[in-house]
Amino acid sequence: MEKLLEQIKKGTVWAFPGGVHPPQQKSLSNSAPIARLPLPEKLVLPLKQHIGASGKLIVEKNQHVLKGQALTKPSANWSVPIHAPTSGTIIDITPMPSAHPSALPELSIIIEPDGNDTWCELSPVTNPATASHDELVDVIHNAGISGMGGAGFPTYVKADIKQPIEFLIVNAVECEPYITADDTLMREHAAEIVKGIELMQQLLNPTLCIIGIEDNKPEAITAMTEAAKHNEHILIQTVPTVYPSGGEKQLIKLLTNREVPNGGIPADIGILVHNTGTLYAIAQAVYEGKPLIERVVTVTGNTIHNPGNVWALLGTEIKHLLDYQGFSPVPQQRVVMGGPMMGFTLPTVRIGVVKTTNCILAPDHNELAEPGPEKACIRCSACADACPASLLPQQLQWFAKSKEYDKLQEHNLFDCIECGACAYVCPSEIPLVQYYRVAKVEIKEQIAEKIKSDRAKERFDARKARLEQEQAERKNRHKRKPAAKTADEQQKVADALARVKDKAGNSDNKSAVAAAIARAKAKKQGGELEPDNSEVAKERAARKEQARLYKEQKAQNNGDDEPVDNKKSAVAAAIARAKAKKAAQANEQAPSDDTVSESPVAANDKKAAVAAAIARAKAKKAAQANEQAQSDDTVSESPVAANDKKAAVAAAIARAKAKKAAQANEQAQSDDTESESPAPAADDKKAAVAAAIARAKAKKAAQASEQAPSDDTVSESPVTTDDKKTAVAVAIARAKAKKAAQASELAQQNENAEPQGNDESSEGSQQTAQEKKKAAVAAAIARAKAKKQQKEGNDQS
Amino acid sequence: MKLTMASSPHNHSHKSVTRLMLTVIAACIPGVIAQVIFFGTGVLIQLLLALVCVSAFEAAIMLMRKRSIWPSLSDGSAWLTGVLLAISIPPLAPWWIIVIGCLFAIVIVKQLYGGLGFNLFNPAMAAYVLLLVSFPVQMTAWLPVTELLDTNITFSQQLSLIFSDFTALGYSLDQLRVGIDGSTMATPLDTLKTDIAHSLTVSESMQKPVFDQWVGLGWGWVNLAFLLGGLYLLKTKVINWHIPVSFIASLSLCAAIGYIASPGTEPGVVFHLFSGATMLGAFFIATDPVSAATTNRGRLIYGAAIGLIVYLIRTFGGFPDAIAFGVLLINIAVPLIDYYTQPRTYGHGAVK
Repeated sequence: MEKLLEQIKKGTVWAFPGGVHPPQQKSLSNSAPIARLPLPEKLVLPLKQHIGASGKLIVEKNQHVLKGQALTKPSANWSVPIHAPTSGTIIDITPMPSAHPSALPELSIIIEPDGNDTWCELSPVTNPATASHDELVDVIHNAGISGMGGAGFPTYVKADIKQPIEFLIVNAVECEPYITADDTLMREHAAEIVKGIELMQQLLNPTLCIIGIEDNKPEAITAMTEAAKHNEHILIQTVPTVYPSGGEKQLIKLLTNREVPNGGIPADIGILVHNTGTLYAIAQAVYEGKPLIERVVTVTGNTIHNPGNVWALLGTEIKHLLDYQGFSPVPQQRVVMGGPMMGFTLPTVRIGVVKTTNCILAPDHNELAEPGPEKACIRCSACADACPASLLPQQLQWFAKSKEYDKLQEHNLFDCIECGACAYVCPSEIPLVQYYRVAKVEIKEQIAEKIKSDRAKERFDARKARLEQEQAERKNRHKRKPAAKTADEQQKVADALARVKDKAGNSDNKSAVAAAIARAKAKKQGGELEPDNSEVAKERAARKEQARLYKEQKAQNNGDDEPVDNKKSAVAAAIARAKAKKAAQANEQAPSDDTVSESPVAANDKKAAVAAAIARAKAKKAAQANEQAQSDDTVSESPVAANDKKAAVAAAIARAKAKKAAQANEQAQSDDTESESPAPAADDKKAAVAAAIARAKAKKAAQASEQAPSDDTVSESPVTTDDKKTAVAVAIARAKAKKAAQASELAQQNENAEPQGNDESSEGSQQTAQEKKKAAVAAAIARAKAKKQQKEGNDQS
Repeated sequence: MKLTMASSPHNHSHKSVTRLMLTVIAACIPGVIAQVIFFGTGVLIQLLLALVCVSAFEAAIMLMRKRSIWPSLSDGSAWLTGVLLAISIPPLAPWWIIVIGCLFAIVIVKQLYGGLGFNLFNPAMAAYVLLLVSFPVQMTAWLPVTELLDTNITFSQQLSLIFSDFTALGYSLDQLRVGIDGSTMATPLDTLKTDIAHSLTVSESMQKPVFDQWVGLGWGWVNLAFLLGGLYLLKTKVINWHIPVSFIASLSLCAAIGYIASPGTEPGVVFHLFSGATMLGAFFIATDPVSAATTNRGRLIYGAAIGLIVYLIRTFGGFPDAIAFGVLLINIAVPLIDYYTQPRTYGHGAVK
């Protein structure tokens, strides 16, 4: 380390690879002192003239502003303000073509000078030597200073850098041909520049400040040496004239033999680089209180009569500069902002000078020939010899042409500083830099695309996970629900049961007797038919499982769509209602009415309906399987102790039987059911349709089972197309129910089973009317389930 | 005012492909003069023939590819190919040799691969190898230097030989090659190889008239002339030093090792460097930018590998010289060499 410092102090200058020697052309513009131009007619000041965010506008149209008055104030990170370069009126604030290769319009403040050039009140720092760090940084920030060498990096950020700085490098190389702005500034204002350097030394406390100047600026070297001789921490280093020795990375290599690591910044290796113009601006801001409102611009080229440097107010249109220096354009004139190697051509001369504008070059076609046609690359690799970053431009060019972006990155395309040395030497006149620029943009776009798509995928995955979780939760709810019925629901069901029982008790005493008989029988056979029972129980378990699977499937298909849920529950309700009707029809007319009115309860709770359907399906199957009343009883008997549901199942079985019995007795009721169903269904159209379908099915089924057919079926049939599957399933279920009813004959058993099924309400073996009613409701629910299950069984078969 | 938009850089070094190619052709002039002095004016006839042929073939292909002829022809690369081929073949080879060579070089090796910049192989050397393998008799029929010739062959006689295989007096090339001592004259490299195969020592073989003191009569001067042209190319920065230097160094090293190991059968460094096409190969053939390695380290490897192959074939192989084989063989390896010899980019690795 010490050794490096010694070497530097001894005046050692290292070399960077490559580099070219384009004609200097500096003498065109460096002989005359920096001129002052008359005020232009208007000034066009883009809000953003640096890297970072633009400041916040604090003036408005038609407002009169004074010279040096802030027009914007810093807002977001890396935002620096701009100031009025002269006093005048803001005539407009509008997007104007910007000083950028694309000339994309940027929001700009247009000032019409009043000609007085009146300064606003200036507040220089009274004693900079004792000023605090933050105070100085704020002054630099509020003066709107950003790097004036090219990139336009906000200077206050560099002044406030947290990393320890070992070497402060002053970039006075100015390696681009033609440009002499820094050269003349150093000749005329060396003392101020040194003051600026000393301010930075005060802020950053570097070990050494190295001023790098190309050996083609002897006057500047002399002036700077003279101005800095009192400060032993400032070293003036002469570097050979090689383009691009003024590149930040190349200059660091030249002066310190260090390399800025790939992807890093100079501060990472303890180095900070400032441009001379920037340091002058810092001194002006701190010692004079003057914000950055003007800069030195070289106006040169063979089409300019008086090439030289001028103090240009920021916002001065290029046209104004050209006009005052005398400009005779040639056909197909190019006007370059910047130097011939890295500058960009302007689409119009009505673009304002910005903080980074160091040169306006208007060449004729002799000094800077127009590019010839691009020829094939002969792989001579003159480009590689010229490349200061040790890239292989020739290879990069092949990859860029074939859009092999992976290989471009593998060959370190992004380390290209776009200095243009490769294109300068290329014998085939391939616009290499242009290829790299395009490729860089494309790669950046690709990366942005990828980030975007990755984010989209992330979001999609998150959504999927959330949906799955919700689904799982819903499923869990399905599972839990039957066990944890709300008190409200239970109350409702209980009420309904009570009502049904009331009615049953009132209208039918015979059934009570029959029930008693059935119960007696059941009791008698309780222990006798064990094998039968277990078989049925197994069957039931299997069916239950099936039903659950089906439900799961359905839940998955429907997702969390509320309307579908509603529809489903409506359909279920309808089915349940239809069944209830059938049941009622089987038993008596009176209970049937009640059941129908009750069914919305089922509709409220889909789960309950489904559960009921399952129960019913089981009941039916059971009924079908066991032709004998006794066996049925056994079935209903065994689960009694278990829980509500089982009781309901048992009740359903009983009901099915009752239905069958009733059917055997009276067939006329079926017509009644029909006429009644539309009333409750009217509330809910969907339910109505479903009910209609169910009814149609019932009829069809009835027809199939040789019962009195109904002509209505035909008229209804178009409806069935709406939900064919459901309809078919329902029909099948119905048919089965009917068949079962036909097969079973004992109404008494039904009565008998009911009270036993609902063991909560039936105390002992006494049959009350209430109990019967309850059983009826339960049966209705159970039947709905049976139908669903049938349907499912049908689907699966 | 209408301004012209252009991409930076706006300046150019005024180097051009045409200028590069013409500079290389110009650098051949000393070598050609030496050939004319020692081997007669036949080489000029071959040069003329070659230039006409390559221009015609290049133009024909451009017509077929529906491109404009002049931009392609004027880059000079086809002419350079013709020149290199013409000075590589025996000066009095029959006319169809150079025609076939030019056809193969331009149409197949260069244009069928996509034209200038896309050819994998050095067109002149690929054509040379094709001719050597296909027409070994014609391609090895070098006349001895004029001073060893029995009869003086005039320009018209050479013309007649090239176009009709016989001079106006009815001599065939084979008859002319018979030396004063009645034996057919071969090139120094060939002579030495044959003699060593016949168990003669190098010093015994060197007694033959085709040899000067330590190199072939005339051939040493021809090589020196090409070396001069090569130095001019280095000076004008048309070629980089890497390939010629590594090629010569590698060949010298091999020759030195061989000489130390077996002085009786090994002619030594100077003989290798100034015999056959060594200097032509080092400065004009191996440095063909299109088919050579492009990284500096790669060029060192490329040149050294060619030097090694040249030595091996000259010493142990079946052919007296091997520049063309060496160049073509290493052409194949160029993509690999380039890939593994990428320079360290600024800021990558090895940064403290």
